[in-house]
Amino acid sequence: MPAHSFRLLSLGIGIVKLLRSSDWLIVPGVLLLAFFFVAPTVEIALSSIFDEGLTGKHFERFATKGAYVEVFRRTLVRSVWIGILCVLIGYPIAYFIVHRSLRTQVFLMLLILVPLWTSILIRTYAWMVVLGREGIVNNALIWLGLIDKPLRMMFTTGAVYVAMIQILLPIAVIACYSAMTEIDRTLPRAAKVLGASPWKAFRHVFLPLSLEGALTSFVIVFMLSMGFFITPALVGGRKDAMLANVIAHNVEQLNWGFASALALLLLVATIIVIVVVRLLANRFVGVRSVGMAP
Amino acid sequence: MTVGGATVEFEKIRKTYGDFVAVDDFTLTTEPGEFVTLLGPSGSGKTTVLNMLAGFTDATAGDIRVNGQSVLSVPTEKRNVGMVFQHYSLFPHMSVLDNVAFPLRMRSVARAEARDRALKALAMVQLESTADRMPDQLSGGQKQRVAFARGVVFEPPVLLMDEPLGALDLKLREAMQLELKQIHKTVGCTIIFVTHDQSEALTLSDRIVVMRDGRIEQVDTPNRIYDRPANKFVAEFIGQTNFFALESEPSTGAGNLPELGSSIPLPESIDARAGGDWWVSVRPEKILRIAEGAERGINFDAAIDEALFLGNEVHYQASLPGGRQLQFREQRGPDTPLLARQAAVRLGFDYSDAIPVADTHPASA
Ligand SMILES: Nc1ncnc2c1ncn2[C@@H]1O[C@H](COP(=O)(O)OP(=O)(O)OP(=O)(O)O)[C@@H](O)[C@H]1O
Ligand SMILES: [Mg+2]
Repeated sequence: MPAHSFRLLSLGIGIVKLLRSSDWLIVPGVLLLAFFFVAPTVEIALSSIFDEGLTGKHFERFATKGAYVEVFRRTLVRSVWIGILCVLIGYPIAYFIVHRSLRTQVFLMLLILVPLWTSILIRTYAWMVVLGREGIVNNALIWLGLIDKPLRMMFTTGAVYVAMIQILLPIAVIACYSAMTEIDRTLPRAAKVLGASPWKAFRHVFLPLSLEGALTSFVIVFMLSMGFFITPALVGGRKDAMLANVIAHNVEQLNWGFASALALLLLVATIIVIVVVRLLANRFVGVRSVGMAP
Repeated sequence: MTVGGATVEFEKIRKTYGDFVAVDDFTLTTEPGEFVTLLGPSGSGKTTVLNMLAGFTDATAGDIRVNGQSVLSVPTEKRNVGMVFQHYSLFPHMSVLDNVAFPLRMRSVARAEARDRALKALAMVQLESTADRMPDQLSGGQKQRVAFARGVVFEPPVLLMDEPLGALDLKLREAMQLELKQIHKTVGCTIIFVTHDQSEALTLSDRIVVMRDGRIEQVDTPNRIYDRPANKFVAEFIGQTNFFALESEPSTGAGNLPELGSSIPLPESIDARAGGDWWVSVRPEKILRIAEGAERGINFDAAIDEALFLGNEVHYQASLPGGRQLQFREQRGPDTPLLARQAAVRLGFDYSDAIPVADTHPASA
């Protein structure tokens, strides 16, 4: 049999095998990702360095304009902080929920989920209603006589933080909660009866076993904040623009190449932070090992 | 490693969940180094008793003392009891060695010493070679042994075991029972062991506590529990047995067994008229096939229904002329013929093998 027909045959067998097993179910997903994620990412990467020939001018423009570097730094720092704050607030909430009876857990998780059914745009508008000059908070404070004239809360960095954390918190809670439900309930008990105080049982058993969930929730929240766009634009001030806002602005101006360069930087920075967080986390938890057997 | 075992005293322990009484009037004192088994059907309160001793659950009333000191107000981590759980509960994120060293590390033992002692405990269960593995790289029996090493490494005076062998298959379970017995001898701590497997309880224990509905039915050595059950429940729960209704004869003080058409002399301590529902329990191995003229205390005719051949032994099911069924067993050698179905046999047992038992109803009923 000639080599090429043999290859055709084995390809045929391969396809039949693929169709027989349930593995082919992933084909639509792979195609979707290939067309709508991999291809655009490559396209973006290319258009950031090819602009009428190979060029580094877009990155140069970024590096030499202090304002862009500043927006980039702000986006990164803010996303890390929002990730950390969401985990710090969400983890105890998840811990509380997972230690309730099953019925209470279902009810509380439902409450956590409800905000996710509302779009980010609407929730951001809601914050405008709450924090505005004539908003609920200002009116209440004036009515109580605590202040004379309205506080400036809208269009501040604080407002961006509050709104973004409120929007992203449910995701952090869900990621932590689902990791915690996987933990064998008898393990903290075992730790206690073997001599661990409640704190040590948490520190050496529960925390390490739920760390993966806490990390996942940090990573998801961090990634989502890196791309946040509507909320900083609507409730933040002029100094609160994030990279996504700058990218959007450049796309509107048809500066495709520069927008692509920024998008690529965003992607790379996100990946670097995630890798660093993963590496760091493993060093923090667990009882110090007594070492290996001789 | 040897540890002096502790005396554990339960005094009138009671535990209620709302209206439901899970444990009631539980009083028991263990000898130091004793192997005591709590045996009872599911829901009889065995785990609840252990949990109260470990401090996972608060007792509603009563007191628990270890070496004379009440432990009820001591938090779990300070009670210094070891525990082995049914599903091992090894920490999945720590190596086998770190699992075993955990109780020592929690007691601020230095790392080098903790390691040495943990290795010694692993050696005791013949698992030094797995020290660097993670728990999910162990077989069920190995996990169980690691859990055991972890439970005793800090030399607790009391070790609690809640159905520790329940998840293992029969063969492994029997091997582990032997091993457990030997290790108990070397370690010497008091063991309170929970099972609902009666043969396991008979094999392992110095004393067995039979529980039903949160109450103690009988506390005794395995052979006394088997030979002299305190009531019908215990007789039925431990081993196999035949019950025959017992009616007392007011004039003579003898007991009638109407199903067998005979009567037995009753010891004076037993007054079957004093109320309740009386039976005699006769173990299947006490009922013998008898030859002509070699009559025993009680003799009767029966027909074979089924024979279960087990090599050295045959288990027979037979029925009385009235239709009532009973079990008996026969030791056999190469020349012992098997009885065929329908075969007529004459059976009998001695008076001393008929144990009168009352069908006491649980207090709550
Ligand atoms: N937290 C609780 N709330 C209400 N009832 C409970 C609780 N814990 C246990 N019980 C009840 O107490 C009784 C005794 O339970 P326990 O777990 O001690 O039984 P057990 O003898 O260990 O049974 P098993 O052999 O099935 O493990 C059961 O009827 C159980 O339903
Ligand atoms: Mg139990």
